[in-house]
Amino acid sequence: MTPVVPDPVLSVANLRVSFGQTEAVRGVTLAVARGETHCLVGESGCGKSVTALSVMNLLPRGIARTADHLRFQGQDLLGMSERQTARLRGDKMAMIFQEPMTSLNPAYTIGSQMSEVFERHRGATRRQAMDRAAELLARVGITAPGMRLGQYPHQLSGGLRQRVMIAMALMCDPELLIADEPTTALDVTVQAQILRLLQRLQQELGLALLLITHDLGVVARMAQRVSVMYAGEVIETGTVAEVFAAPTHPGMTRTGEPLGNIPGVVPRIPLGFIGCGFRDRCTLAMPECAQTVPLRNAGGDHFYLCRLPPDWKRAAAA
Amino acid sequence: MSAIVIVQSRPARRWLPAFRHLATMLGAVIIGAAVLVAIFAPYLTPHDPFAQDLNQRLIPPVWMEGSQPTHLLGTDQIGRDYLSRLIYGTRISMLIGVLTVITSGVIGITLGIIGGFYGGRTDDVVMFLITCRLSIPLILVALTVVALVGSSLAVVILTLGLLLWDRFAVVARTTAMQVRNLDYIAAAQAAGASRLHILLREVLPNIANHLVVVATLEMALAILLEAALSFLGLGVPPPLPSWGLMIAEAKEYMFFSPWVIMTPGVALFVLVLGINLLGDGLRDLLGADMRR
Repeated sequence: MTPVVPDPVLSVANLRVSFGQTEAVRGVTLAVARGETHCLVGESGCGKSVTALSVMNLLPRGIARTADHLRFQGQDLLGMSERQTARLRGDKMAMIFQEPMTSLNPAYTIGSQMSEVFERHRGATRRQAMDRAAELLARVGITAPGMRLGQYPHQLSGGLRQRVMIAMALMCDPELLIADEPTTALDVTVQAQILRLLQRLQQELGLALLLITHDLGVVARMAQRVSVMYAGEVIETGTVAEVFAAPTHPGMTRTGEPLGNIPGVVPRIPLGFIGCGFRDRCTLAMPECAQTVPLRNAGGDHFYLCRLPPDWKRAAAA
Repeated sequence: MSAIVIVQSRPARRWLPAFRHLATMLGAVIIGAAVLVAIFAPYLTPHDPFAQDLNQRLIPPVWMEGSQPTHLLGTDQIGRDYLSRLIYGTRISMLIGVLTVITSGVIGITLGIIGGFYGGRTDDVVMFLITCRLSIPLILVALTVVALVGSSLAVVILTLGLLLWDRFAVVARTTAMQVRNLDYIAAAQAAGASRLHILLREVLPNIANHLVVVATLEMALAILLEAALSFLGLGVPPPLPSWGLMIAEAKEYMFFSPWVIMTPGVALFVLVLGINLLGDGLRDLLGADMRR
């Protein structure tokens, strides 16, 4: 059984990525629907960013991705040539990175970097592209866009730069926007503004937004659907309401104890590893956890990856 | 017993930046002047640099006894006006400097950027080529090539251009390595940029400041090497007025008419000094720019 998302913009099934002898992503399945925010949440090093980079085909040279399927708007991304993928990137699927301070090229003005994307994908003239860039800067809440277009990245603050990055990602009206921890590097007050902006744009433009974060507060505020990752796997997924109401995976909840106080660290998973990646830190681990773990349904769209039944907490309390 | 140690802080050396600034300006002025002189040589020369006059041999410059006001820097052993030859010599030196740097720059920067950006096997090949180049004795190979092919301005430029790319490659490679992992490269890829676009428009502008400095140093080196080759009789063929050739031709007269060897020597020294001063200044200026 797997979660069903109707009419997905992005659909990933059983994605696997390994770096040498370490498996970074182990069979991730997720789907993002049009007009929906899907949060990918998890500890550092659990494979969130690698999943995002795999979708964009931006993994480091020599690192391969495999999957049962990887579809964007019904097109198969796995069989695409580099040239075809490059045509989609920045056009129909765009990505925002974590570090706005270094994501803009210091050698060019904001306007030149923004219009380049539009010229490349739409064959527009510089003038048309500049108009479009000014329009989008205004849209992401930047005052005096005409002035900003002529400025260099070092003349802008971190919050402004992240707004520019967002505007740049939206230049070609993408269907899918992947945001990899877009607020982690920003001040707390700016974080809230950027999140509000992303939420507004997502609703106005009907974007499919794949938002990567490690902040459950952000998930609660932004997302309709959430996938929790641990050690390269999605250990729990569902609508935000379902998952937050009844977190079921033992890594998500331990009766009476707040999340985050689990002793130990995320393990490195070697190639050929079988079973539950969490078992070394789980108080409920059994010898059978070393075998392939089933994906269980906890009602509705809510799934989790554990041998325990959905009502194990009640049984444990009794 | 307690000792009171007065630590006197070193006085701030205020003159240093000012001196640097001055030196850079001086370099820029020298090079600017050399470029202008090279371009407008026909309008600046009082005489034809090739015209011989055996009645007017080895006339000393104006500040010496026996000079003539029509020959400001005197004449050489076959009566050609020395100032005119010196002015035309600027053309040769600048031409050699600029064209050699362009040739070697294109080769070195291409290799270096590709090796540094892609890394792995590609980088191994580039490193191997650089190592090979470094183990070639410059002057000897240049001499051999010129001796085999025959000497002409084009041959000298090509030979030097094909030999002097190593420093460009090393610097381009190291700086491209630093740039390739920066986020804006990934961001450009995520925006659908092609590989060529990333190398030329994202990487190159961000390492250009380092390359400009290398270019000045290589230019100075090329000019000196040409002079050395010409001095050995295997550079620019006579009667072209190359400074190195002028020095070579003058060496037989240096005891009785020392100015014939000193004049082109001083010119060479001043030009190379100017280029090096400008190069140093640029390195400081652009270095500060990078720290911003």
